[in-house]
Amino acid sequence: MDKNRSVRILQGNEACVEGALLAGVRFFAGYPITPASEIAEGMAVRLPELGGVFMQMEDEIASMAAVIGASLAGSKSMTASSGPGICLKQENIGFAAITEVPCVVVNAQRGGPSTGLPTKPSQGDVMQARWGTHGDHPMIALAPSDVNEVLHMTIKAINFSEKYRTPVMLLLDEVISHMREKVNIPTREEIELIDRKKPAVEKDNFLPYKADEDLVPPMANFGSGYRYHVTGLIHNEKGYPTSNNKEIDQLIRRLTNKVELNKKDIIIEEEFLLDDAKVAIIAYGSVARAAQRTIKLAREKGIKTGLLKLITLWPFGDETINRLAGQVDLIIVPEMNLGQMSREVERAVGGKCRVVSYSRVDGELINPLEILTRIMEESKL
Amino acid sequence: MNNSITQYFRKEMFPHIWCPGCGIGIILGSMLRAIQSTGWEKDEVVMVSGIGCSSRITGYVDFNTMNTTHGRALPFATGIKMANPALKVITVMGDGDCAAIGGNHFIHSARRNIDITAIIINNMIYGMTGGQYSPLTPTGKLGSTAPYGNIDQSFDIAALAASAGASYVARGNVFDVNQITHFIKKALLKKGFSVVEIIADCPISFGRINQLRTPVQMLEWIKSITVAKRVWEGLPEEEKAGKIPTGEFLDIDIPEYTEKYQETCNRIQQGRREK
Repeated sequence: MDKNRSVRILQGNEACVEGALLAGVRFFAGYPITPASEIAEGMAVRLPELGGVFMQMEDEIASMAAVIGASLAGSKSMTASSGPGICLKQENIGFAAITEVPCVVVNAQRGGPSTGLPTKPSQGDVMQARWGTHGDHPMIALAPSDVNEVLHMTIKAINFSEKYRTPVMLLLDEVISHMREKVNIPTREEIELIDRKKPAVEKDNFLPYKADEDLVPPMANFGSGYRYHVTGLIHNEKGYPTSNNKEIDQLIRRLTNKVELNKKDIIIEEEFLLDDAKVAIIAYGSVARAAQRTIKLAREKGIKTGLLKLITLWPFGDETINRLAGQVDLIIVPEMNLGQMSREVERAVGGKCRVVSYSRVDGELINPLEILTRIMEESKL
Repeated sequence: MNNSITQYFRKEMFPHIWCPGCGIGIILGSMLRAIQSTGWEKDEVVMVSGIGCSSRITGYVDFNTMNTTHGRALPFATGIKMANPALKVITVMGDGDCAAIGGNHFIHSARRNIDITAIIINNMIYGMTGGQYSPLTPTGKLGSTAPYGNIDQSFDIAALAASAGASYVARGNVFDVNQITHFIKKALLKKGFSVVEIIADCPISFGRINQLRTPVQMLEWIKSITVAKRVWEGLPEEEKAGKIPTGEFLDIDIPEYTEKYQETCNRIQQGRREK
C-alpha cells in the first residue's frame, strides 16, 4: 500500500505517531508499557528513516529527562506512557513546567491505582494530569475521542507546547489507543505548525526568562550561541536562582497565567444538539462517543438532550459550562473514574443547575444505554 | 586572548554558596583548566548537573548550563547529546546524586557508551542536606543518619563504570590537583562515556561528625586513604582495606553511541533509497 495515501485504517496509537511526525517531532524517548507501547514501536521504525532520534531509555524518569534535554537542544520532543509510568515522569514534568521547555507527554490511560488494569480503559488520570507534579504549575491536557482526532490533537499538543513553552499532556485511553478507524492523513501543507519563538535581541542582551506580552519568553536552543542557565530552582529573568519574594511571585503567577489567560486559544470543545437542550451530557475521550449516541436515543424518547464534548480538559473551560448551566435543568457527567471531572463541572456550574455524576471503574467502556438510563432516572421518566 | 580560567565564570553569580574549605572549588578550577586546554568554544560546551552542592557548579560557569533534578543529569545530557551530537556535553554530579538516586542512569549511560563526560565529586556524604550517609560513605564512618556508624558497604564507582561499558575511567583526589586536571582533559577528549571520580573533602558535613574538623585535617585524611593504583595493587589484602586506589582504570576505544545511531540511520535511509 502506498505509504503516502491520505486515507488509512489506523490504531489510535499509530495515529498519534503519524500526527507527531507531521507536527515535526524528531525526538522520542520512552519505556515499554501497556497500552502505550505501539507509540514507541512506531517511533522506533519511523524516526531513524527521517533522521530523527528514537531512544528506549532505562526507565520512565530517564525518558522524560531525555525528552526535555533534546527539546532544549532544539528538537520537537515527545514521550508516551500509561499511569504507572506517568507517575514516574511527574518529577521531570514539573521541571519542564518551571524551565518552560516544550514537550508532549502521551498518557494512554489504563485502570489504576498502581499496576491496576493494564489492558482496560480508564479516565482515572485526569486529575493527575492537572496536579500530578508538585507545586503550582501550568498544564494543558487534551483528550481526543476518536482516532482521527488523535492525529489532529497530537499536532495541536505539539503546537501548544511550542507556543506556550510548557509540557502538554495528550490523554488517550486504552479504547482510543487500540481501536482502529479510518483516518484522513493531511499533508504537511494542510496543517498549521507552530515553532517556539526565537530571541530577537543580541546575545549580550538576552534575558532567557523575560517574557513578551503573551507571557511567554522567547527560547534559545542550546548551542545556538545564546548561553544561559536552565534550573529547576525558582529563577529570575536572567535564569539565575532567586529567593527574592517579588521575583518568586512573578514567576509562579506568570507560569500559570500564560496558560490561564490564553484559554480562548487553548480551549477546544464541541457542542452537539445543545440549542434547545434541557439535559446536557458533558463527556470527553472515548465516553464522548457513547454520549453522542445517547443524545439521539434520549431525543427519540422525547428528552431534549445535548452533548458538550470537552477536548481540552486543562485549562478547564468554565465559561461554556457556566453558560450552559443557565439553560439546562440537568447536567450529567459520565466518566470512567469516580467523578473527577464532574466535581470540576459542579464548580463551574456554581449551583445554577443540577449536576449528576455517572461513574464506571470496572474496566468497561460506558455504553450509550447506561447514560440514557441515568438521564431517565434523573428526569423522573 | 584571556588565558585565565576566570573567563569562564559568570561573575555576577558570585559569591558562591560553598562552605569555607570545600573541595568543589578546587575541582571546578581543574575542570575549567581542562576545558580551556581542549580549545573548545563556550558556545559548544553544555554542562549539566543534578542536585546537591556539586550541582551548583553549573550556575557559575558561562556555558550552556542546566541544573536538573536529583540524580537525572545523565538522561538530560543524553537527550541533549542525541539531539545535537556536535555539542560537548559534560555532567557534574555528587556521590549521592550519581550513585544513589542516579545509579541506574549512571550504569546505563556507561552501557550505551555515549560521548558524555561524567565528573563525580565524591565527598562521601550528602553535604547540602546536612550530612546524611551516602552510598560512598566508608563503612564505619558517621553521618547524621548513621549516628552509630555506617554499616553499608560503599560503591566502587570506577569499577562500576568500567564493568558497565564506559570507555575511560579514572579516579583522583582533590589533593592531587594536576593529576585530576590531566584525567579530566583525557576524559573530555575521549570519544565515548568517560568518568572521572574525584575524592573530595567536606569539612562541614563529613568532617565535623567524623573528627576531621578542619579542611587541612580532611585533606590529610584523604591523602592518607588514597593510594596510587600501581602501589595499591602490590599491597597485601589486609592493607588494602580502607584504602582507595587512584589513577586510570580504563582507557579503551569502543564504538560510541551517537555514531552507532547515525550509522543505523544512514543504513536505513540507504536501504529505502535502494528499494
